[in-house]
Amino acid sequence: MPPDPIRILIDRTPVLVPPGTTVAAAMLHAGADRFHDSVGGSPRGPVCGMGTCFECVVTIDRRRWVRSCLVECVEGMEVSTHERNP
Amino acid sequence: MNGIPESADTVVVGGGPAGIAAAGAAAETGRSVLLVDRRPNLGGNIWYRAVGEGPAADALSDLRRLERGNLRVVASAEVLDVPRSGTALIGRGTDATEVAYGALVLATGARERFLPFPGWTLPNVTGAGGLQLLAKAGAPLKGRRVVVAGTGPLLLAAGAYLRGRGADVRLIAEQTSRRRVWTLALGLIRDRQRLRQALDLRRQLRGIPYLTDCWPLRAEGEGRVQRVTLRHGRKEWSEECDLLACGYHLVPNTELAELLGCRMESGFVTVDEFQATSVPRVFAAGEPVGIGGMELARIEGEIAGRAATEQRERARGLFGERRRLARFRPALDRAFRLSPQLRGLPSPETIICRCEDVSAGALREYGSGREARLQTRCGMGRCQGRVCGPSTEFLWGWSLRGTRPPIVPATVSQLTLRPDSPPTMRQS
Repeated sequence: MPPDPIRILIDRTPVLVPPGTTVAAAMLHAGADRFHDSVGGSPRGPVCGMGTCFECVVTIDRRRWVRSCLVECVEGMEVSTHERNP
Repeated sequence: MNGIPESADTVVVGGGPAGIAAAGAAAETGRSVLLVDRRPNLGGNIWYRAVGEGPAADALSDLRRLERGNLRVVASAEVLDVPRSGTALIGRGTDATEVAYGALVLATGARERFLPFPGWTLPNVTGAGGLQLLAKAGAPLKGRRVVVAGTGPLLLAAGAYLRGRGADVRLIAEQTSRRRVWTLALGLIRDRQRLRQALDLRRQLRGIPYLTDCWPLRAEGEGRVQRVTLRHGRKEWSEECDLLACGYHLVPNTELAELLGCRMESGFVTVDEFQATSVPRVFAAGEPVGIGGMELARIEGEIAGRAATEQRERARGLFGERRRLARFRPALDRAFRLSPQLRGLPSPETIICRCEDVSAGALREYGSGREARLQTRCGMGRCQGRVCGPSTEFLWGWSLRGTRPPIVPATVSQLTLRPDSPPTMRQS
């Protein structure tokens, strides 16, 4: 039996992912490839997958600027891409 | 309570092969060891654990060794600063602790080099190793059309992995020449292990074109990448794709070494035979010392961990093995040297500094990285030049170095005065 999936909210939409999935991967799973908008207003998504490029930043549980590739999904987590990350 | 102790005999920064080996070797003495990594799980990039899978098979024995002794792993944590001699400010979440160390081992690994070209900031244009990591972390790939591009052995490993996960890998575009790839391949004939790895990859990639002298000229799409135009010799054509995974080999993560004032040469940390840097009690191992791969990183980590805990004679026993593994290093450098033609890729509109949205056209008038930095904020955003530093160095010979604390973005609460510690913000 595979382990129970984890349920998180991405921009208020529920998404189910296997335990161990990072927030960045869960976003891509949900088809959300626009993670944040750059200072000039162009859409951006993850590049390096290892926490160095800072292009996958989103707001997680009201904490802004979090690199979503470094965080694993936790039941009930709220992820938001709307707030413009500086 | 953030789980970070206030002191440790040995602090190891980086939980990849070098860091794991260093921590394991140091812990054998019974001294206290603190192993810090920015991810939730140990393994680094090369041993990154795929969702639903256990740790990488190669890593098992090294990881098991960490379970013994007086060793603590602090995951999801990063060094923010080295506020005083013999201490490191380690941040986790919105908290931080200043940790006093007897010895410090830098096993900070490497990242991919990204080179700017028109359209490279579109979503779904990622690194080559970057996409592999995202896939391991759970990103779906089934049926998605992927073009893998850039340079280095990572392209083959990434291509094979992505295909294994169900991606439709259209082609692998390698910028170096066919002749250089063959020279490297011939050099492997006496290196049984690497030869076997190369042949394995070749088998897994059967049917996927591997084009040398080939690179992406531009990526295009509405809101995300939808097609990439490639160049191969004199030929130019467009390829429809859902993902473009493009990385130009590796650059070392040396920010912490630079902040500590370690002597550097050609971008790498200088070490002696015991992996000791020019700064007392600070050691370095793995890619920051020279790009050489997992096996070499592991031996260097082992040597650093032993030397850091007064087991110098035991460290000496590994010098031969290190010498053997390091032989591959110059061959790798030669094989994947960047073609000067790649300098012509950015158009004036192409973004060079992604964090601050500074274009090539806006930068071209400046004579140095320093000047550009002051006038345009190039290299001063979130990533602090980790992406545009190596690319402007290649494009224009600039240096955006000049690392200042905190070396990764920190919260005010992490840097605020505590009753028992001096301020960590310094004049510089």
